[in-house]
Amino acid sequence: MTKIKQFIHSFGWPRIIIGLFLLSLFIIAPFVGINVSTSLSDTIVRFGMNGIMVLAMVPMIHSGCGLNFGLPLGIIAGLLGGTLSIEFNFVGNVSFLMAILLSTPFAVILGWGYGKLLNRVKGSEMMIATYVGFSSVAFMCIMWLLLPYNHPSMVWGYAGTGLRTTISTEGYYWHVLSNFLKFGIGDHFTFPTGMILFFALIAFLMWAFLHTKKGTAMTAVGSNPVFARASGINIDKIRTLSVIMSTWLGAIGILVYQQSFGFIQLYMGPFYMALPAVSAILIGGASVNKATILNVVVGTLLFQGILTMTPSVMNSIIHTDMSEVIRIIVSNGMILYALTRKSEATR
Amino acid sequence: MVDTSAPLLEMRNISKDFFGNQVLTDVSFSLHKGEILGLVGENGAGKSTLMNILFGMDVIQLTGGYEGEMLVDGKIVDYTSSFDAIADGIGMVHQEFSLLPDFTVAENILLNREPEKYSFISEVFGERLNSLDRNSMNEKSKKAIGKLGVAINSSMLVGRMPVGHKQFTEIARELSKESTRILVLDEPTAVLTEQEASILLSAVRSLANEGIAIIFISHRLQEIIDVCDTVLIMRDGKIVKNEKAQDLTIAQIARWMVGREVTHHADRRSFDYEHSSVMLSIKNLWVDMPGETVRNVSLDVHKGEIIGIGGLAGQGKLGIPNGAMGLFTAGGSITFEGKEIALNEPRRFLDAGMAFVSEDRRGVGLLLDESLDWNISFAAMQVNDKFLKKYLNGMLMWRDEKQIQAVAQQYIDALEIKCTSYRQKAKELSGGNQQKICLAKAFALTPKLLFVSEPTRGIDIGAKSLVLQALRDYNEKSGTTIVMISSELEELRAICDRIAIVTDGRISGILPAETPSEDFGLLMVSKRGNTEEKPA
Ligand SMILES: Nc1ncnc2c1ncn2[C@@H]1O[C@H](COP(=O)(O)OP(=O)(O)OP(=O)(O)O)[C@@H](O)[C@H]1O
Ligand SMILES: [Mg+2]
Repeated sequence: MTKIKQFIHSFGWPRIIIGLFLLSLFIIAPFVGINVSTSLSDTIVRFGMNGIMVLAMVPMIHSGCGLNFGLPLGIIAGLLGGTLSIEFNFVGNVSFLMAILLSTPFAVILGWGYGKLLNRVKGSEMMIATYVGFSSVAFMCIMWLLLPYNHPSMVWGYAGTGLRTTISTEGYYWHVLSNFLKFGIGDHFTFPTGMILFFALIAFLMWAFLHTKKGTAMTAVGSNPVFARASGINIDKIRTLSVIMSTWLGAIGILVYQQSFGFIQLYMGPFYMALPAVSAILIGGASVNKATILNVVVGTLLFQGILTMTPSVMNSIIHTDMSEVIRIIVSNGMILYALTRKSEATR
Repeated sequence: MVDTSAPLLEMRNISKDFFGNQVLTDVSFSLHKGEILGLVGENGAGKSTLMNILFGMDVIQLTGGYEGEMLVDGKIVDYTSSFDAIADGIGMVHQEFSLLPDFTVAENILLNREPEKYSFISEVFGERLNSLDRNSMNEKSKKAIGKLGVAINSSMLVGRMPVGHKQFTEIARELSKESTRILVLDEPTAVLTEQEASILLSAVRSLANEGIAIIFISHRLQEIIDVCDTVLIMRDGKIVKNEKAQDLTIAQIARWMVGREVTHHADRRSFDYEHSSVMLSIKNLWVDMPGETVRNVSLDVHKGEIIGIGGLAGQGKLGIPNGAMGLFTAGGSITFEGKEIALNEPRRFLDAGMAFVSEDRRGVGLLLDESLDWNISFAAMQVNDKFLKKYLNGMLMWRDEKQIQAVAQQYIDALEIKCTSYRQKAKELSGGNQQKICLAKAFALTPKLLFVSEPTRGIDIGAKSLVLQALRDYNEKSGTTIVMISSELEELRAICDRIAIVTDGRISGILPAETPSEDFGLLMVSKRGNTEEKPA
């Protein structure tokens, strides 16, 4: 009995309730004519697409910089890498690898500047991060038009310059991970093995980092910066490092997302990416200064699971196509819920 | 003037466990109007927990509530939050500070005078305060502080104050409440010097004469005997004795608390520091530590000695180690083993082989949300590369959990730290046990020179001799030089070889430890300035 109590205490009621809700959706699904295999498959794909962006929250949470509402900055680095890789005509697997490599210097430089900025505003990081996200997106809206890209598959056809709002990754890195070792069970279930493995690899590296001397220092800086300083840690350096890591993971995350989704979304695209990632990790049980890889996995699964299942189940019940509306309601509802959790966790 | 009619407060059969760890068993007692009840017991005996129950602290609800019942004025009460308790006239000075660091002293004292507004600690308060009359706020808070007979600037930010002043502010806050009927003071004197403590004790007495019932927790047993009417002695979560204070002696109380005879402090020794080389030389040090300003200190510390630094609170004794380590802005020069150590950079101080146990254990000393093994091993891991497995020529340094746990267990045993295991979070330990973790952390660094600031603050009488003995052993076995800063002259005299007294940011004199206490007392109140070190 105490075992069960302890488990509930450590796992947390919110997760148990959301988990049970998700389970009940899967149980209802067959009765309203929804194919469970398809739903399951969708959930897993969405997990793989979003997982790394949720993981990107971890370093900054550990170093005490809070939730990375400035994730769009990392995503922009990823977009630069992706578009440059196409611009230079890399195709197939190489284009994905080059996208990662090309986005890395941007992520490092942008992350470094962003980190320096956050070090000057200790105590109100999250607000500033949100502004950084907004303004970087706005700035890039102009830059996407002005930068001298001229690859025909990316620029507006009539003008010959300026990038399009959506760019297909087909022929470049479309499904390079998802198709790797993928397998299907029955007609409706496919497992994107490569994408999940890639997530696992990055998550493992993150986990490993947190077990090194530097990683331990990062956790301590977030837990009590004064303690860390009194133990000889240079707090600002560690915080900057965490912001760079987070920004880089954001870049990698969006590339993985695009290779599965099939499109690069520019302009306002990065704008909508931070909140779902923030919510997922909070739903997974992280707080503003504590997060584990398990929080990432559980949170992404629950968030994406609900996001996949609720619209389709509701649709089938009420027999009208409201899926988009429901999806928006559910996702924002969960974001709202998660953000109220946030304040609870800080107490 | 103890009232013998119906009790104001009665606690009946209170029990409490933290997820299977039984902390209180069947505790019953009653408290009358105007009574001062002393609550004593070893570290971790459950004193603070009992008071948290009375005060309706969140932590109790969050960890599964308690059993038993509480009656205030004959009515059964069950506070689900502290606001209920405050509304019912219960005031509490917590063992750990519950002040708002970004507010001034006056604000902190007066915010809580209106308990119903207590729950809106947020930006909302900023606006509310603007409409208040700041002058009258300052007046009132000055009056409350005045009752304590200390000088604190009421417009100072609490976050920038030394612990001693925070403690006064917190007590002033409670003293200023008019509705308070029951006042809980959880180790209010732990951070104060004896003189200051006696100022507080007389304030407590006069409150009791006004009819307020007071529960007074302290590890300074003499205070308990002096000020209390009744003494409750707790051991392992049970009440073992409930006695009138007047017939008690320290030895008796100590025996009941610990369950065995308590041995005395380490024996005095004679150490010939003059024939040992100078290890650390501090020259013209100034430190900008709020409330503990160091103006001009020069001091030579000899290899192998235990030197004490004493003095009244606010005179600057705490500023010396804090400035030397670089936690507060400092100037002057520090030479360690012949090399000048850059100031204001904690890393340099640590790399040179020095360590510092801060008096502010929750702010500086602990990772409250992390486990004990992390707390103990962290500094040594970062500074000395200990407890790490190295791969690829040291490029990859992996935390060695086995070693970390082993070292934590070793110190838990050696210092008799009361905890469920090394996995327990530091915030869940009792105050005294947290203090021991801070010491363990410094020992794990194996420093050549160790600054310890208030090492026995909040530690029970049994553990105190254990800790002092541990410091002495550590000094003798591993040859570590120790600089010990303490408000308690007697403990300095017990283990130090010589003692420097700090007055007004300067050293007013250095005397051998066997000098009679009165001479030290004279130095503390003198304003002689920086007399040169006199060989005693
Ligand atoms: N939040 C908590 N979670 C788990 N255990 C706790 C918690 N708070 C206290 N404890 C445990 O309860 C016991 C009693 O602690 P308490 O703080 O009441 O001791 P205390 O008598 O006040 O000691 P001290 O003199 O050191 O302040 C300790 O063993 C402590 O580890
Ligand atoms: Mg206590």
